[in-house]
Amino acid sequence: MPPSTPSESSAPSPTSSGISLRVNGETYALPVDHRTTLLDALRERLDLTGTKKGCDHGQCGACTVLVDGRRSLACLQLAVATEGREVTTIEGVADGDQLHPVQQAFLDLDGYQCGYCTPGQICSALGVIEEHAAGWPSAVTADIAPQAAPAPLDAAEIRERMSGNLCRCGAYASIVEAVARAADGSSAGVRGTEVTA
Amino acid sequence: MTVATGTTAGNRAAGGAVGTAHTRLEGRAKVTGTARYAGEVPFAELAHGQLVVSTVARGRITAVETDAVLAMPGVLDVLHHGNAPRLKGDYTNLLGKADPLLQVFQQDRVPHVGWPVALVLAETPEQAREAADALVVRYATEPHDVAFAETHPAGYGAGAQTGGTAETKKALDASEVVVDARYTTPEEHHHPMEPHAAMARWDGGRLEVVDTNQGSAFVADELARLFSLDAESVRVRSEHVGGAFGAKATRPQVVLAAMAATVLHRPVRVVLTRRQLFSLVGYRSPTVQRVRLGADADGRLRALDHQAYSATSSFREFIERSADFGRVMYGPDAYRSENHVVPLDVPTPSFMRAPGEAPGSFALECAIDELAEKCGIDPITLRARNEPEVGVVSGLPFSSRNLLACFEEGARRFGWAERDPRPGVRREGRWLLGTGTAAARFPSGVAPSTAAVTAEADGTFTVRITAADVGTGARTALALVAADALEVAPERIHIRIADSDFGPAMVAGGSMGTRSWAWAVIEAARALREKLALGGTVPPQGLTARADTGASIGALSQKERHSFGAQFAEVAVDVATGEVRVRRMLGMFAAGEIVNPLTARSQFLGGMIWGLSMALHEEAVRDGATGGHVGADLAGYHIAAHADIPQLDAGWVDDVDEDDPVGIKGIGEIGIVGAAAAVANAVWHATGVRHRDLPIRPDRVLTAGSTEQAGAAGA
Amino acid sequence: MREFAYERAADVAGAVALLGSGPEARALGGGTNLVDLMKAGVERPRLLVDVRGLPLDRIEEDGDGGLRIGATVTNSELAAHPEVRRRYPALAQAVLAGASGQLRNMATVGGNLLQRTRCGYFTDTTKACNRRSPGSGCPAVAGEHRNGAILGASEHCVAVHPSDMGVALAAFDAVVEYETADGPGTLALDALYPPVGEAPHRETALPDGALITGLTLPAAPVAAHSRYRKVRERASYAFAIGSLAAALDVRDGVVHDVRLAFGAVASRPWRARRAEEALRGEAAGAEAFAAAADAELAAARALPDNGYKLTLMRNLVVAVLGELTEEAGR
Repeated sequence: MPPSTPSESSAPSPTSSGISLRVNGETYALPVDHRTTLLDALRERLDLTGTKKGCDHGQCGACTVLVDGRRSLACLQLAVATEGREVTTIEGVADGDQLHPVQQAFLDLDGYQCGYCTPGQICSALGVIEEHAAGWPSAVTADIAPQAAPAPLDAAEIRERMSGNLCRCGAYASIVEAVARAADGSSAGVRGTEVTA
Repeated sequence: MTVATGTTAGNRAAGGAVGTAHTRLEGRAKVTGTARYAGEVPFAELAHGQLVVSTVARGRITAVETDAVLAMPGVLDVLHHGNAPRLKGDYTNLLGKADPLLQVFQQDRVPHVGWPVALVLAETPEQAREAADALVVRYATEPHDVAFAETHPAGYGAGAQTGGTAETKKALDASEVVVDARYTTPEEHHHPMEPHAAMARWDGGRLEVVDTNQGSAFVADELARLFSLDAESVRVRSEHVGGAFGAKATRPQVVLAAMAATVLHRPVRVVLTRRQLFSLVGYRSPTVQRVRLGADADGRLRALDHQAYSATSSFREFIERSADFGRVMYGPDAYRSENHVVPLDVPTPSFMRAPGEAPGSFALECAIDELAEKCGIDPITLRARNEPEVGVVSGLPFSSRNLLACFEEGARRFGWAERDPRPGVRREGRWLLGTGTAAARFPSGVAPSTAAVTAEADGTFTVRITAADVGTGARTALALVAADALEVAPERIHIRIADSDFGPAMVAGGSMGTRSWAWAVIEAARALREKLALGGTVPPQGLTARADTGASIGALSQKERHSFGAQFAEVAVDVATGEVRVRRMLGMFAAGEIVNPLTARSQFLGGMIWGLSMALHEEAVRDGATGGHVGADLAGYHIAAHADIPQLDAGWVDDVDEDDPVGIKGIGEIGIVGAAAAVANAVWHATGVRHRDLPIRPDRVLTAGSTEQAGAAGA
Repeated sequence: MREFAYERAADVAGAVALLGSGPEARALGGGTNLVDLMKAGVERPRLLVDVRGLPLDRIEEDGDGGLRIGATVTNSELAAHPEVRRRYPALAQAVLAGASGQLRNMATVGGNLLQRTRCGYFTDTTKACNRRSPGSGCPAVAGEHRNGAILGASEHCVAVHPSDMGVALAAFDAVVEYETADGPGTLALDALYPPVGEAPHRETALPDGALITGLTLPAAPVAAHSRYRKVRERASYAFAIGSLAAALDVRDGVVHDVRLAFGAVASRPWRARRAEEALRGEAAGAEAFAAAADAELAAARALPDNGYKLTLMRNLVVAVLGELTEEAGR
């Protein structure tokens, strides 16, 4: 990493900073170019390549991570602005060798194909389950009045809430099944057709 | 008819692994984020290359002003046509003559917006990007032409037309019922979620490359030709590939990385931006298609004429062969089809999931639906009346043809029998409801491949083959195939793929990968068992047998070999807002032996989602003034999102090909074929209005309205 | 992206001082639009002033039935807030209709109001655009404008404002509060966005260096009976091609109060005052609703490919007001 380089303008302000980044419970001290996004810091500096770069413009969701427990897009978050916040990436989701129920459901129900959007889908699903549990409505929630009974996290709710995560292989049906199974906390799937003989 | 969902009806003595559901071998790596894709394999001393592309559609580069950029922090070099090493361009491979797009920085001509003009190399990605943004490239521009039309004077017939014009006209004239309709599909893009990335370095006299591609042996061979190297001097790997769909043959990123590593004498990574994918990795040409059907009143086809028009670049011919779709679908008395192509100042289109079949099936299967409407016959009944005995063009028999079984079982599951054929009469709140169906077909091909199978001393087996798992589940499928061929449990199989050092093999394309690779694995396993049958213990280094399927594939009898399918869709349309929502879809397929029902279902559903997305969303828009795209990103180019995808199901029927030693037909592409037509036919059934232009956007639906509205207005 | 300096503002005064230090300073909130545009080369700031940590993250009741919403409240927090959902349901729905869950968790209320158009010419620095590069021309007029404006546009720019939230805020008479080095100020949401005219690059009426600190929503009983409906080219995660925020109070079959604002038809959230005027005191019904829409759309000017928006907006007004009427009658 090169030291701070003065910009061409009269402003002498530095264009890089030393920061400490909290990721998956670890603290990393590193100098960052202010241009470095959280996504590039994870992938290029910390070798945490599970967070994917699909579009780099907030239009695909592949870079979804949790920041302070809320799902966010790492490609639009500057690393320097992430100091002091707690970041969870796909590498921090499992408990050692024990997969998180969301990960296990994706694996069991084939909630992916190429796998490139998968870390983002899984991190997003974690956020969706939390947000729903907190009583947050969605665009398809029929009654958003605060006194209304919370809508169940059914397929329509999952689809709407997961819509920020594109999957070009078209694994959507199985992803929704996996999120439903994990949210349910049970092993009962919602699959339409039983495919195992 | 028997229905096998999740059972198999293979031709081989199966050991039971093939045909049962298995989760992916790399599944754990994918859900924990440890699966590394091409841009993620760490290399020491890596330099970063940022590509600069042309902003004009036609002309010459007059200057690349590198001085200012070379003075920027961290910048190592700028490669361009004035200083780049020479490449060879006089070779031919599986995809034809050398692609001029891969001849990066070899001359100053610019044939389209987004053409590679320079590569900025820097120590960090941020430095490379800022320097690339700052690089000034000057052009002498020339007038460009990007306006595609079937009447374009530069258009020409691509290859011989099939069938006779006079004969077809006569049959049309003699028909009691005629459909004559024009259909259009827009420019569509693959957009795998993983953008193209490659890293290259020289290591001990070998060019070592990590790339994202559909065939590492294919890419290695092409790099060797481009850089005039011995085949053994190039090694390409692509362990995990984040989607491909036809976009990941040899593409500029890998040539650029190899070139830059050669110049800099250090490892270099090049990653294309999402926007650059719009011009550098191929796409599906827009099409205009005219379909004329002539039939007797009972729906028996007398004539079928399919004329298809597509675009290509000014420097390389690629034909979207939409008109070929009908060649084995029906048995008209007279048949004619021809593909026409118009060269323009645009990037060269390429193979995109079900090339030809995807747009061709949209046009023909919508026209068949229109014919059924005109004849007053159920569209499935009409198709059944036109089942051919042989390919209408080739005269060859079918290896197996279970299209009607797909329709029968699909209709049963979908509840087709209860359908009221009248359009525009079902309403639920603000939504008009309709259902539609269409047929699917995709050829089942196979290509020579090599494989090696090793019996290890510990009782396990290792399969080595330059297959690519682009998300299809190839790794897992081949483990099941190998397990059965060796008559051992799948857990005893190790699969090594995607390394050009394993030898030549078919690419993951044309729905031919699994069939071609499985054939080679089965032959190698057979050879290994023969060796093992000789007795003796397996030595510590293992015992290996190899196979090359060239000869056995050559001995395959000449037949029409295809997968078939029946697509069903139910849609809801709000004609007041133009919104169309697909409520459910079902695809039934006859696609040979299904190796892994779990991943096969995913592939079928993925294809159907592509069809839905093609029907309702996808469209790249070109700006006539600049010749480039407008909204060239994933916010401007819509692919279906979660909320667009309803209840989906896919199933399959028995499909046995008696004289095929493998029995696998390939399933990567058939899922998309006919799916857009089923949706469009359902939109007609909902509204009474035919939408012949894709995508069926809200503004189009809003403008077209419904017969219900027209009736109300007239009342 | 060009190199830049980064400062984290300790308080509002400090933020305003930094923002006032030069024309190339920008406030960084959630970054969902600014960072994107910096990558695209559309925004090229020398200094980013991170304001997300400022104590402007609260939603407070004003005692009269209205709400005050801090500028750094995230879109998610706004849409989930019980009093927003109770008093201004169309606002919560509008926010939920925008972007994705991830983006809503990041994006702030202040940033949402200041987001730039998504017109494909504006976001592509290889193309001309009067809004980005004054005087370079508006290629959308003769080019791609299917999602272009039909109201309040000029031959110099036909871009539409992308915000969903802003449409509901316009319907409910939101007032924007800001701070400058010279002191605080307010602007009605309607006045935040100047007419396009000949200077589409002047996107807001805020003084130079101003920082939006929050907005107030006055009490509006009619707003409790409101709805936001968005039409787009896929079912979610897409910008509107037409949207409507509507609130309706019908008493004895007569429109007592009504609020209407259109989205994706103009360079700003479009408060449909003419339609509202046409409706007050009229018998609620499809005919009156259509006539009101027509009154608003009389001033509309369509280009060759965006004329469908007139039909769309008319249909949306009739449909949504019809639904609100029916629900009130239950």
